[in-house]
Amino acid sequence: MRRSVVPVLTVVGFLLVLWYAAAIWLNAPWAYDKATRSGEVLTTSTLVADTWSQEKPKLPAPHQVGKEIWKTTVEKKITSKRSLIYHSWVTLSATLLGFVMGTGLGILLAVGIVYNRTMDMSVMPWVIASQTIPILAIAPMIIVVLNAVGISGLLPKAMISMYLSFFPVVVGMVKGLRSPDQMQLDQMRTWFASKSQTFWKLRLPASMPYLFTSLKIGMAASLVGAIVGELPTGAVAGLGARLLAGSYYGQTIQIWSALLMAAALAASLVGIIGIIQRVTLKRMGMA
Amino acid sequence: MTEKQSVISARNLDLTFQTNDGPVHALKDVNLEIKDGDFVSFIGPSGCGKTTFLRVMADLEQPTGGTVTVNGVSPEEARRQRAYGYVFQAAGLYPWRTIGGNIRLPLEIMGVPKSEQAERVNRVLELVELAGFEKKFPWQLSGGMQQRASIARALSFDADILLMDEPFGALDEIVRDHLNEQLLHLWERTGKTIAFVTHSIPEAVYLSTKIVVMSPRPGRITDVIDSPLPKDRPLDIRDTPEFLEVAHRVREGLRAGHQDD
Repeated sequence: MRRSVVPVLTVVGFLLVLWYAAAIWLNAPWAYDKATRSGEVLTTSTLVADTWSQEKPKLPAPHQVGKEIWKTTVEKKITSKRSLIYHSWVTLSATLLGFVMGTGLGILLAVGIVYNRTMDMSVMPWVIASQTIPILAIAPMIIVVLNAVGISGLLPKAMISMYLSFFPVVVGMVKGLRSPDQMQLDQMRTWFASKSQTFWKLRLPASMPYLFTSLKIGMAASLVGAIVGELPTGAVAGLGARLLAGSYYGQTIQIWSALLMAAALAASLVGIIGIIQRVTLKRMGMA
Repeated sequence: MTEKQSVISARNLDLTFQTNDGPVHALKDVNLEIKDGDFVSFIGPSGCGKTTFLRVMADLEQPTGGTVTVNGVSPEEARRQRAYGYVFQAAGLYPWRTIGGNIRLPLEIMGVPKSEQAERVNRVLELVELAGFEKKFPWQLSGGMQQRASIARALSFDADILLMDEPFGALDEIVRDHLNEQLLHLWERTGKTIAFVTHSIPEAVYLSTKIVVMSPRPGRITDVIDSPLPKDRPLDIRDTPEFLEVAHRVREGLRAGHQDD
């Protein structure tokens, strides 16, 4: 852990330098524009200062985004519609619900595929086909259809999250449940073990490392699903709604702060799964 | 000496595998009696059907002709009654279970009461000289110890028959000698009937009361040797003329099987 601190900080530092430089480069035309109109002459230092402090920059500087995040998290009440924490929670709740549903669906499908020959032959192609459809195209339809049958709010977004997150779980769990070799299965046979005993005592524990890897991918996909679910549907709350509103009004700083928030959310969610993975596998003697 | 009961009996056993390259005759016209308390080794080059024969006894393969009985019933019925313990070439311990947990596994499957499980685990761990290793995970043990744990697992539910498929094949010579010695002790103390597949002549001669020599294409029995060696066998019995004579006969049998290739 400690060994990775220096490399990580170095990379972060490098990215920040790059970001500031890009901010100067991208925001300079607008700064020159302003200067020409008001008849000022820009020195290097005033140019830099201007590009890093515009109200609607093409690329906001890191400290501007940081300030915005601070303002909308710490300085706002959580119940406020302008609080980024409030919006994050809206997205997070859909993400988690969708993740749980997707994981459940994924595991069920994987068990079916492993134990049922018909499902093995028929389900997998559909599972793969489902992921070739652009989620942006199908998301509005899911929302509209579900709205028509009276389901709105959290569930439609969670469905889109589920749609994205069940896939890695199916693929990983099929591989995991099939990971015991022929010898281990023969061994179960010599003990006259039932199918369910073979499942609970051999196949399921053997699939755990595969499951956790899938869960990490599934969680990230789930968050993307929740945000995408908020984009085309005129949602009023959530990180996706913040992104959309920001782009309507040219609020680049707001967009970037929502983006960073989403990234931080994804990182911590995946990190939490990583911790659960370490603890579980350690207790299982597998790590 | 009273006549011992037949435990495993094969009559005119045939087994043909259908493969993409045509049929493979794994076993042809195999006849064999294994009596209660015998230690029988199956030896032969690869492809001679020795493992297949063991798997037929264990109901892991279905013969295409002839009959086998285990304890007087079909292999499937014997498997249902959990009449045998099977030791594979690899220890195959579950990495997520401790040694104790691994040995408990068949007991859990067979529904042995919890209180009895602990006692049985302790007893078999002592039998294979692994007492005190119950809480260790498999990766903390050497290959030889892992294989001993897998033997303990096969012994845990106290079946009268032990089927062993090259259990020491992957181990080095020194560890193997030691385990052979231990296995003999174990056999002596438990009085189990053991069928043991190997491709090592010294191992087969050292361990067995009966050596079955097999040859390939088609897999068949070419010689059955009743060992004249005494039951008490220190490791250096392998330098005695009697031992060398039996070993010589096994080698002859193996060579004869090869001549008609």
